[in-house]
Amino acid sequence: MGWIGDQIESIRSIQVRQLLTQAISLGMIVTSALIIWKGLMCVTGSESPVVVVLSGSMEPGFKRGDILFLHMSKDPIRAGEIVVFNIDGREIPIVHRVIKVHERQETGEVDVLTKGDNNYGDDRLLYAQGQLWLQRHHIMGRAVGFLPYVGWVTIIMTEKPIIKYLLIGALGLLVITSKE
Amino acid sequence: MHSVAYRLNTLVSFSVLPLALMLAAASFLDGFNSPTVQAHAQIHKIRRFRKQVNGADEVNLSLNISMDMESLFTWNTKQVFVFVTAEYQTPKNSLNQISLWDHIIPDKEHAKFQRVVPNKYPLIDQGSNLRGKNIELVLHWHIMPKSGKMIQDKMSLSTFNLPEAYS
Repeated sequence: MGWIGDQIESIRSIQVRQLLTQAISLGMIVTSALIIWKGLMCVTGSESPVVVVLSGSMEPGFKRGDILFLHMSKDPIRAGEIVVFNIDGREIPIVHRVIKVHERQETGEVDVLTKGDNNYGDDRLLYAQGQLWLQRHHIMGRAVGFLPYVGWVTIIMTEKPIIKYLLIGALGLLVITSKE
Repeated sequence: MHSVAYRLNTLVSFSVLPLALMLAAASFLDGFNSPTVQAHAQIHKIRRFRKQVNGADEVNLSLNISMDMESLFTWNTKQVFVFVTAEYQTPKNSLNQISLWDHIIPDKEHAKFQRVVPNKYPLIDQGSNLRGKNIELVLHWHIMPKSGKMIQDKMSLSTFNLPEAYS
């Protein structure tokens, strides 16, 4: 009786330990992803350091599904830079090139006009009603780096949520069932 | 332990590393390219100089542009975006930068040309300061890589004075 009890006890303790290890490794994956993201936010100074290109308005330079790395510094904005900006009343930020800059004499405030390389006209039609210029506070960052295709993963996952749940489920199962 | 799925997983996750290293190296090596750009641009003709209804000065003109950007191209270059800006100061603004013309150079074979072009975007001031104004033409280029860091530079081309009267 004592021997059997010992055996059951040892199996139980193994399972508890294994369960704990799995929970911790799952937690490690989630937190390290969070650390990388927040770390990038600190280094780049932009609230979203990586963006995925969603439209073809900057083709052939940037295609849908490409990834851009953003940087937000105190440096003044100049013509030719590719900036990511938010328009009041629009949820999705836009990535376009600056074609006009007017910088104030005393305050250093800027009026900026943007245009997509692949668009015929400038962006005044995209701006809020009656808005002629972008100001500093609309701009989330300027694009400094480029990586092709990688963004397709997120595009597919946002457009086909089933794939996202399948993927998360499969990954979770893998983490839980894998031994060492 | 050594199932097909396991080996496939190892192969795929390892191949990401060399790929990332190669991309990083390609972008890093771009830094050793020291290009020499040759370019000239003058005003070919002032086509229209007027005051808009809202009081802002507007100029339409054509430019005579020649450039040789071949040295900008490396194996990591997808395209070069070139544009010419008009830059000037006004009492209100310490810098006005207005793109007049832009162009995408897709490859090295098309990086050397000379042509007369009308402005793609009119030169519009934020007021009425353009009569007799001295304006600098600046060529900017923005190298868009196949992957990695984007590179930007510029050079001053010429200056000109706008006429004293509207036409």
